[in-house]
Amino acid sequence: MAEGDLAAPDLGAIAADSHGERAVGRPTVYVYEAPVRICHWVNALAIIVLMITGYLIGSPLPSVAGEASEHFGMGYIRFAHFAAGQVLAVFFLARILWAFVGNHHSRQIFYIPVHRKQFWSEVLHEIRWYAFLEREPKMYVGHNPLAQTAMFTGFTLFVTFMICTGFALYSEGEGIDSWQHALFGWVFSIWPNSQDVHTWHHVGMWALVTFVTVHVYAAIREDIMSRQSIISSMISGERQFRDEV
Amino acid sequence: MGAGTETFYDVIRRQGITRRSFHKFCSLTATSLGLGPLAATRIANALETKPRVPVIWMHGLECTCCSESFIRSAHPLAKDAILSMISLDYDDTIMAAAGHQAEAILEETRAKYKGQYILAVEGNPPLNEDGMFCIDGGRPFVEKLKLMAEDAQAIIAWGACASWGCVQAAKPNPTQATPIDKVITNKPIIKVPGCPPIAEVMTGVVTFITTFGRLPELDRQGRPKMFYSQRIHDKCYRRPHFDAGQFVEEWDDEAARKGFCLYKMGCKGPTTYNACSTVRWNGGVSFPIQSGHGCIGCSEEGFWDKGGFYDRLTNIKQFGIEKNADQVGMAAAGVVGAAVVAHAAVTAAKRLATKRDDADHTK
Ligand code: HEM
Ligand code: HEM
Ligand code: SF4
Ligand code: SF4
Repeated sequence: MAEGDLAAPDLGAIAADSHGERAVGRPTVYVYEAPVRICHWVNALAIIVLMITGYLIGSPLPSVAGEASEHFGMGYIRFAHFAAGQVLAVFFLARILWAFVGNHHSRQIFYIPVHRKQFWSEVLHEIRWYAFLEREPKMYVGHNPLAQTAMFTGFTLFVTFMICTGFALYSEGEGIDSWQHALFGWVFSIWPNSQDVHTWHHVGMWALVTFVTVHVYAAIREDIMSRQSIISSMISGERQFRDEV
Repeated sequence: MGAGTETFYDVIRRQGITRRSFHKFCSLTATSLGLGPLAATRIANALETKPRVPVIWMHGLECTCCSESFIRSAHPLAKDAILSMISLDYDDTIMAAAGHQAEAILEETRAKYKGQYILAVEGNPPLNEDGMFCIDGGRPFVEKLKLMAEDAQAIIAWGACASWGCVQAAKPNPTQATPIDKVITNKPIIKVPGCPPIAEVMTGVVTFITTFGRLPELDRQGRPKMFYSQRIHDKCYRRPHFDAGQFVEEWDDEAARKGFCLYKMGCKGPTTYNACSTVRWNGGVSFPIQSGHGCIGCSEEGFWDKGGFYDRLTNIKQFGIEKNADQVGMAAAGVVGAAVVAHAAVTAAKRLATKRDDADHTK
């Protein structure tokens, strides 16, 4: 069983079942608890807003004519960005806290079991499956090992990076006496010129765009191909193994 | 040179400056430092009673624009008073003494005012070839710098050169020009960046240090908070146009004539910490943005190496090619997007094939 020592034994039985003899009926497992799902969709929405508004901060809309006092276009875009940024930060933090109290799967995206040989051989198996070299995918209750690796780098690390650089940039407006600067000002010790922080924050957006593309594709594809529910799992929290006929 | 007990006030009076002008200078300085009204009296008192702090001003690899700025300090007294005070000790560019006579002053100050004098450095030392690219008084500047820094109370790093490296340290930096804080690591260093720094900022900093005998409060980067805690963008008079989304799109468009925000023309005001939008230049006459040109970020680290002065999105060098964040990102996203589409197509084809296979088997 992929989950290793931490996995609940009954889940293991079901997954193994679906490998060996055909499982009777459609076994369902409760994988994603409500807080995980709520955080996911709030964060997904926040990230989409952040991408759109962030892009427009980097390359603003065409100039408008008239009195400056009649418009606040750039102001609203920036406000939306900062608001969504704070929402993302709060729900990402909530998601991390949930990893401590939630079930085994809620912790998966926050680490990679680098020391486990079996993990890496399963990563390889997944790569082969995605490269069309394996006929059958393995069944996992939570993330498959490749997905876990991708999730950890693609989201956990990148979103953390975006939050740190984002709040550092935000602290510039709030002033160097602000709590934002106290907490995130260290970013400017890495890049003393905030123009560089802007650039890397911007590159971070494209990294996320790339990952979201793959993420959504993988979710849809996996849902169809590997005979286990993914999309509905992220809505209802339950994972179905559709291995009947 | 006076005895150890000579005060600033003595020097100033000897320069023929009236007491009235002296007090004017004190209140102006207090204001420019953002101190309260009482501070003017405190400054005056300190200058009258405290022994004068000697300042040694040295020049490494630089263009002397800091000195040029300094002697144009708007308040005439600042230049007269402070400059006379400083030149009394050592500044190889504008001092009267020359040759061995001048160099002797360095030794004298080092011995007499051990741990008391302020070392002001304009420019930076090049480290390649044992510092051969900047020879000063017959030896590499870096040696002179280290020697004088040893017994200094604190160091002022004037301008972008001393603070960050500036143009001589721009890539590929053949002489390995190195900012002061990377060479001297055991002394308090105050960075006063800018290319050049604003005259009033320079005189303000010198006055603060010499009067109060300590460095002003510094930010994370070692810059005095009183002048460098806000960005050009935070106090720019064109900011309402920025928030409104009113931008100059081309140098000769209507928006340029109307004085809209220069963000899209590559203005670095949003990432530049300096006092230009408040103190302004040439006695408060104007500053670059007021003259219709964006800020180029001259007081920021590595501002020469960030791509065009007229580009909003600046370049990334890490990937071996010079591209901005959007070019790099869109390329990556494009490749991955195409890969996803291709992968989906192969998946669909395979699936069809397997289905047919299965169907054949059951037949
Ligand atoms: C078809 C739609 C999507 C499905 C089925 C889906 C499914 C999932 C699943 C199953 C996880 C793993 C959760 C965990 O292990 O904790 C996840 C994580 C994540 N997804 Fe999605 N996702 C979808 C769309 C999106 C979109 C559009 C975004 C962002 C714009 C996004 C951002 C994230 C992030 C940031 C995480 C990691 C943090 C977390 O668990 O909340 N997802 N997604
Ligand atoms: C997924 C997350 C995020 C994405 C995709 C994103 C995207 C962007 C982009 C593309 C820019 C323009 C950078 C430039 O070229 O100058 C930007 C600017 C900025 N972002 Fe984010 N961002 C994210 C998260 C955050 C967070 C969490 C904060 C914190 C509140 C934040 C605060 C800022 C600030 C302050 C700016 C500069 C605004 C300005 O200069 O007017 N961002 N963001
Ligand atoms: S002109 Fe420059 S500093 Fe002024 S508001 Fe526009 S971007 Fe900011
Ligand atoms: S406006 Fe910008 S580029 Fe111009 S002097 Fe000030 S900091 Fe330097």
